[in-house]
Amino acid sequence: MRLKEEDLFELEAEALIKEIKAQYGYDFSGYARASVYRRIKRFLGQKHLNSMGELRQFLFTDSFFFENFLQEITVNVTEMFRDPTFYLSLRENVLPILSTYPFIKIWDAGCSTGEELFSLAILLEEEGLLDRTKIYATDINQKVLRQAKEGIFSASNMAAYTSAYYAAGGKRDFSEYYTSNYGNVKFNSALVRQVVFYPHNLATDTSFNEFHLIVCRNVLIYFNRELQERVFRLFDESLVSLGYLALGKKETLAMSGISGDYNFVDKNNRLYRKTS
Amino acid sequence: MEDVSKLIVIGGSWGGIQAALSVLQPLPANYSIPIVLVLHRLRNQEGGLQELFERKLNLKALEIEEKEKPEPGHVYLAPANYHVLLEKDHTFSLDDSELENYSRPSIDVTFTSAADVFGENTVGILLSGASRDGSSGLKYIFEKQGLVIAQDPAEAEVATMPLAAINSIPGCSIMNVAQIQSFLLSLHEH
Repeated sequence: MRLKEEDLFELEAEALIKEIKAQYGYDFSGYARASVYRRIKRFLGQKHLNSMGELRQFLFTDSFFFENFLQEITVNVTEMFRDPTFYLSLRENVLPILSTYPFIKIWDAGCSTGEELFSLAILLEEEGLLDRTKIYATDINQKVLRQAKEGIFSASNMAAYTSAYYAAGGKRDFSEYYTSNYGNVKFNSALVRQVVFYPHNLATDTSFNEFHLIVCRNVLIYFNRELQERVFRLFDESLVSLGYLALGKKETLAMSGISGDYNFVDKNNRLYRKTS
Repeated sequence: MEDVSKLIVIGGSWGGIQAALSVLQPLPANYSIPIVLVLHRLRNQEGGLQELFERKLNLKALEIEEKEKPEPGHVYLAPANYHVLLEKDHTFSLDDSELENYSRPSIDVTFTSAADVFGENTVGILLSGASRDGSSGLKYIFEKQGLVIAQDPAEAEVATMPLAAINSIPGCSIMNVAQIQSFLLSLHEH
């Protein structure tokens, strides 16, 4: 009996994905299904909606509601200095090489609410590179981009972020970077003085510049193989020769068509360098 | 038809590592059903677990990689800091969304997803733990007509987790480690 329910849900979810593409232009057809279905069910629960029909009605009559939905369907859970050894490796293995360029361009793809972006900016600041770097911070979702620009995070995470910062080789007193206020902290906006924010959809948009480093962590796990391949090609086109690519700890180039042109800089942290 | 028709999913927290090792220890290297193991561990803690399972078991122990398909003779460990989901084509997906029951990986997430894909061919086993994670996932497996087992609370190092399951699932089997061992061996198809 329950199996039928699940089949019905899938049919409705697939129809919804098609309608969203037609009406709003966001294409989720290349997203891994288990997670998308789970996110939709979770959203139904949060909004106390009883059926997919109800969800449809709200989504297509209220664009604000849709923006909210978009933020929930695309996972926006992130943290500062996640996997500190990755940032340490970036600091020790990549930034010294990037410092030999007169001007550095970095793409933070899928920057979400900005925790990763501020972590990168702090790293660059401490290595004396921020002023000759331009970071392009992109996300599919405009709402999270606005949040990223603000740099306001919950104070409840600061203990964890502080220890991650030091584990990542942090050189200063971490509290120099932010001010606390009413349960939140606001990071110094000078950290994003070299950042350009804009919406970019990895599923449908094209290459827009050339970069020395592309950071895209824990985004590709949500895509199916075909979409992953599209994104790898996009990154390959967008990297200068000898450029660096940083993926999430459980993401790999191994199955992709471009893997032959990349070597590991740090295998454990999935940090790659283009060989030509 | 897919190549694998059954899946065993096992969850544990405090005391779960030892219990899982004991439960899996007698299984032969060619054990016919793939096993997925979700254990709570410290966040950002690296490796170690896979080597331990590899050393102690006849089964091959692997940390889960996304888009891999579970195979017989293997035990697949949920990686630190990711939820593990199963796709309809039986491949693994990883997900770094919100903690569930203060946990990532969460046992509920994997149990629920496994039951959506494997239905009545899911076997869920909940071992020792001081968490409430796992019981609603185990209940979901039960509702999909899968087999559900909780470790005997009298024997579990911490009884909270199996007890939560037993209290919420009237049809839950209660077994000690030795009984779970024989049950798993009885599922093996030569």
